[in-house]
Amino acid sequence: MQTLTFFAIIALALAFFVIGRSRAVAVVRGDVRLLHSRPNFHGTLAMLVSAICGIAVLVVVGSLWAAWLERDLMAAILNADPNLSAIEAELVLSDARAIASGGIASKTDPLREGIAAQVVSKDAWLKWGTIALSMLFAIAGGIWALRSIAPDWRARNRSETIIRRILMLTAAIAVLTTVGIVLSLIFETINFFNNIDWQVHKFLFGTTWSPLSGVQAGKLDPDKVGAVPLFAGTLMITVIAMLVAVPIGLLSAVYLSDFASPRVRAWAKPMLELLAGIPTVVYGFFAAITLAPFIRNSGEAIGLTIASESALAAGIVMGIMIIPFISSLSDDVINAVPQSLRDGSYGLGATKAETIRQVVLPAALPGIVSAVLLGVSRAVGETMIVVMAAGQGANLTANPLEAVTTVTVQIVMLITGDTEASTAAGPAFTLGFTLFCVTLLMNIAAQRVVRKYRELYD
Amino acid sequence: MLDTTQTLLTERTMSKDIKISAKGVDVFYGDTHAIKNVDLEIENKAVTAFIGPSGCGKSTFLRCINRMNDTIDICRVTGDILLEGQDIYAKSVDPVQLRARVGMVFQKPNPFPKSIYDNVAYGPTIHGLAKNKAELDEIVEQSLRRAAIWDEVKDRLHQPGTGLSGGQQQRLCIGRAIATAPEVLLMDEPCSALDPIATAQVEELIDDLRQNYTVVIVTHSMQQAARVSQKTAFFHLGNVVEYGDTNKIFTNPEDSRTESYITGRIG
Repeated sequence: MQTLTFFAIIALALAFFVIGRSRAVAVVRGDVRLLHSRPNFHGTLAMLVSAICGIAVLVVVGSLWAAWLERDLMAAILNADPNLSAIEAELVLSDARAIASGGIASKTDPLREGIAAQVVSKDAWLKWGTIALSMLFAIAGGIWALRSIAPDWRARNRSETIIRRILMLTAAIAVLTTVGIVLSLIFETINFFNNIDWQVHKFLFGTTWSPLSGVQAGKLDPDKVGAVPLFAGTLMITVIAMLVAVPIGLLSAVYLSDFASPRVRAWAKPMLELLAGIPTVVYGFFAAITLAPFIRNSGEAIGLTIASESALAAGIVMGIMIIPFISSLSDDVINAVPQSLRDGSYGLGATKAETIRQVVLPAALPGIVSAVLLGVSRAVGETMIVVMAAGQGANLTANPLEAVTTVTVQIVMLITGDTEASTAAGPAFTLGFTLFCVTLLMNIAAQRVVRKYRELYD
Repeated sequence: MLDTTQTLLTERTMSKDIKISAKGVDVFYGDTHAIKNVDLEIENKAVTAFIGPSGCGKSTFLRCINRMNDTIDICRVTGDILLEGQDIYAKSVDPVQLRARVGMVFQKPNPFPKSIYDNVAYGPTIHGLAKNKAELDEIVEQSLRRAAIWDEVKDRLHQPGTGLSGGQQQRLCIGRAIATAPEVLLMDEPCSALDPIATAQVEELIDDLRQNYTVVIVTHSMQQAARVSQKTAFFHLGNVVEYGDTNKIFTNPEDSRTESYITGRIG
């Protein structure tokens, strides 16, 4: 219903646009040159004012009214049965809502039926009241804008100001969301450290990770939240992934940019980039179902015991996933090396290999480094492949053939497990915050390198 | 009798002095016939200028002399170009080795994003011209001296070559080309990106280079051709219209098209 109202307001605003435009023309009897702003701007202003008034009322009044209604109903419930605790009252209210909308309630009794009846009547009021009010304001705003239309009315400046504010608002939403997420990470991290009595070193340097096994009355055991095995696992898998991705990605980029004929390039590059389009869950089961058993069987053939979930399998598949990032970005930077540098080198009698190794790659190196760093932050943050192929046990091992676990896997385990959210959230958010810091540093480093590269070139 | 002897003598001296000789050279870019049946003989240890209006094929022909056109897929060259009597398009000739003998300087200065020293040392290093660091240092210094830039850069040899001014960069590129000890130096409008002072410095340098190298220069500026060259070839629509002593071309051209061009009526 709210969506419908929203679209009705938009339609109304569009109508105001048309009316405003023609009214502007009428005001000067068709001689548009007399207008300060062209008719379209008068129309735009009327449209914007009407839409903003309507939508603002819809959102603000709608939510305030709903909150007030909620409080009212809660008061009514507590009035009818003062013995109920707050949580029980909320349960009654949600049951009443379910009854009112014809759904299934946990139980029905006279109290709930009565509240349900109130919900029905008040909800109708709320609904129609909000719609009427918002439409009213939309029309009022539109009419105000129409009445302001005059030859020297600065509709263009005003509508441009409004549009600028709207753009600012959308940018602010993105920024504030980020800030909000970071703040929530920070607060949960602080909570977690509080929980373990600020023994931060036990988290950063402890080697036993089993946070939920030591919970007593909501309190975590500081000796069981050592994240070193997770960092080590993440590091190992990242290193394996980069060992796969960097050589293959870089060499294929060199091939694509300097050796492949245009025809080969035309189909090979999109094919390679297709790898980037495969969902990571597909890579994950490829690793778990195909590669891990293959590694285990080949290991057995030469007498090695290899776990069915291993860092090696996860790392290799993750490396395959990262190849297109590295090759595609490197290909771009290698192509961006000016042809004049290559000509200069050929003109001195250098071979193609010498030119690429000594002129093209050094010139493209900063870009390649930032491509690799982006690949690393992908690897560090990757979840699905490691959940499926690397294992869950927090082993501290240097053997890539054993199961290891990563930071991201443990976050998944904590959040999707059946432990109470308030207990599990602490370690999960703290791990998330650590991960965030690492990838942030990596991205900053990548950007620094790219900036340096630009300075070098111009 | 005397006549024949003189002709023979002239031919002998001629053939001794000819460094590059082109016979019936045609160049195609895809379907475009860029160079049409060009015959040209370039003298040893002299500066030869190619002039002509834009798109007349002078740069294309220049790039044929060290097979730079090989790097362009759609380009096809037919006919013979002989460097000291050897066909450079023969199967046995490796373009990489050829380019070590026939160096090239480009229109836009293109120093590598390396230090000044490494820019110059690049060629000698890949061709193994220096046995040790001291010899390499010597080659670098000699090349930069010949390129008339040593005094300006001797204190900053290990700073990036890209940090030099345009004129300095171009002289660095000339020094870099000299460092591989080529016999011929091809220059494709080396001054078109430079200001007048830098241009004067580079022109002076070209004049000096004549003592040791055969220089072929493509230029848009007729004054430049007149100032630096001993021989001039006028290209028009893919043909060499007129070729001869620079003095003669500029004072007494035989072909009416040459005259029109140097007096500014075509081009």
